[in-house]
Amino acid sequence: MSGTSTPTPGVTGAPSVRKEGAPPRAGGGRRREFTTRRGLVITAFMAPAAVFVALFTYYPMIAGSQMAFRNWNLTDLTDTSWVGMRNFREVFTDPAWGTVLGNTALWVVGSIVPQLVIGFALALWLRRRFRLRGLYQALIFFPWAISGFLIGILFRWMFNSEFGVVNDLLQKAGLVDEPVAWLADPDTAMIAVLVANVWYGVTFFAIMILAALQSIPDELYEAAALDGAGKARTLFRITIPYIRVTLVLTVLLRVIWIFNFPDLIFGMTGGGPNDETHIVTTWMIKITQQGDYGKASALGLLVVAVLLVFATFFLTATRERGGGRGARKGGKRGVRA
Amino acid sequence: MIGKETTAGRAAKFTFLGLWLVFSLFPLYWITVTSLKDPGDIFSFPISYWPERFSLENYRGLFGKADFGTYLVNSLVVSTVAGAVATAISTLSAYVLARFEFRSKSALLMAFLVTQMIPSFIALGPLYLLMTDLRLVDNRLGLMLVYIAVCIPFCTVMLRGFFENVPDALEEAAMIDGLSRLGALIKVLLPVMRPGIVAAFIFNFVNCWNELFLSVTLMNSDENRTVPTALNGFISSFNIDWGSMSAAAVLTILPTMVLFAFASRHIVQGLTAGAVKG
Repeated sequence: MSGTSTPTPGVTGAPSVRKEGAPPRAGGGRRREFTTRRGLVITAFMAPAAVFVALFTYYPMIAGSQMAFRNWNLTDLTDTSWVGMRNFREVFTDPAWGTVLGNTALWVVGSIVPQLVIGFALALWLRRRFRLRGLYQALIFFPWAISGFLIGILFRWMFNSEFGVVNDLLQKAGLVDEPVAWLADPDTAMIAVLVANVWYGVTFFAIMILAALQSIPDELYEAAALDGAGKARTLFRITIPYIRVTLVLTVLLRVIWIFNFPDLIFGMTGGGPNDETHIVTTWMIKITQQGDYGKASALGLLVVAVLLVFATFFLTATRERGGGRGARKGGKRGVRA
Repeated sequence: MIGKETTAGRAAKFTFLGLWLVFSLFPLYWITVTSLKDPGDIFSFPISYWPERFSLENYRGLFGKADFGTYLVNSLVVSTVAGAVATAISTLSAYVLARFEFRSKSALLMAFLVTQMIPSFIALGPLYLLMTDLRLVDNRLGLMLVYIAVCIPFCTVMLRGFFENVPDALEEAAMIDGLSRLGALIKVLLPVMRPGIVAAFIFNFVNCWNELFLSVTLMNSDENRTVPTALNGFISSFNIDWGSMSAAAVLTILPTMVLFAFASRHIVQGLTAGAVKG
């Protein structure tokens, strides 16, 4: 938060209140006038954003949340009575629940770890300037322009068992003897969706880590070199500790985001085959489409609960950052291409 | 300065960077090649890595059989208006959050952050009912209003990061010269922040352009569909017509790629400034 600036009261007020010859006590009145004007500006500037988010995000969300405790099914809307925790019980006793939970864990961990490792490597290698580095960064940024749903479709076509390019390449490389029916088998289908998500998410890690790397003063490396520290030692003793906070924050941010990212799987497998590649949020889509809004809302609340725990971590880590050595001087510079 | 690079190290580095570049671009290349093949050649062996018989048939089909032009126009109108309005509204809220300290500030930021964590499906049912009451179902204005609300939180956080990079002496000087706060914001700050604001608009535009689930829920007649909804329609049937699908995918991706290429540097800056702080 190093760049935050609080306007000093003396300058916030409009010149109109600067009256000549006012008695000393008028200072209090002037201050109050500043305060009301300030409050007015804050309210007026915040109001449109607040109204939109309250009406179209919070209202439906809260109304949706209470459906979790009601018998809310599109197939029969004559009885929408309160049913306590029944929808939650239905979620936990559903035969698919175990698979869904396992897939969700695999989806989050199996996406994050390769994204982090590859993103870190890219950032380290992009740190030193080279010709066309700016162009390179722009090119590997392209996946970010595409929707998760469409990425699912792109990879669905590439992993097609008969005419897919993945099988063709693997066969040409001699890695498989015959075409693999990637999306027809739950295990290989999970691998396929993870490959797609890694493809998509690496860039984000690379960008965040690169920005953090560029904040490390060169003197630290020079000192390490003088002390005869090797590459690995420099990485683990200087680089990683220095950007630790950024690493933690980026990972937490991505966990929240990936957890809540049904689009790719929805486009790629639709949760199939036999509902065996569902994660919590795609399963929620399926239940919604079946009309059982009560059960879907119960699932949604569970997701929110889990993510709130992560958010707490996230915010605690943010606060820690304020005085920590991860804080970048001179405000947030971003990536210099 | 960051240690000497050995020749072997350089070779390893550029090999890795090269491989990643190929991997990054290949899916885009592949969908484009598929879309330019003669429809008959898409499903033929051996798989060819180049359109042997170059054809625009897949694209022609989109505008003949399906009404893809209408979907493109719908998406363009909705994303442009919603993206622009959301940027304008977020500029105001971001300015306040960057420049003032007040009691409800952290609560507001938290409220914005929470919106990013809610699975949108929990709100779809009530949102549909709300829009029915407002007579805005299956209506482009209705979709715009919802998209504006969706864009505001992240856009605000992103723009706040840009505001914090601009010294407040700038608008203070303007206000001493007699401009109102809004006047100072518009006449003095916005010109300085133009790259950031353009990046925020592009980010919003792309988000709206790509949005699927809300559009599927709220737009039910064919003439009101947006592009992602149309794509979703292509896979609802059991067999996917990969010829049309690939052409539609290319037409969907192309505008967003052009916009990103145009502003990627500033979007990157906005992401690193805004996202980590939450």
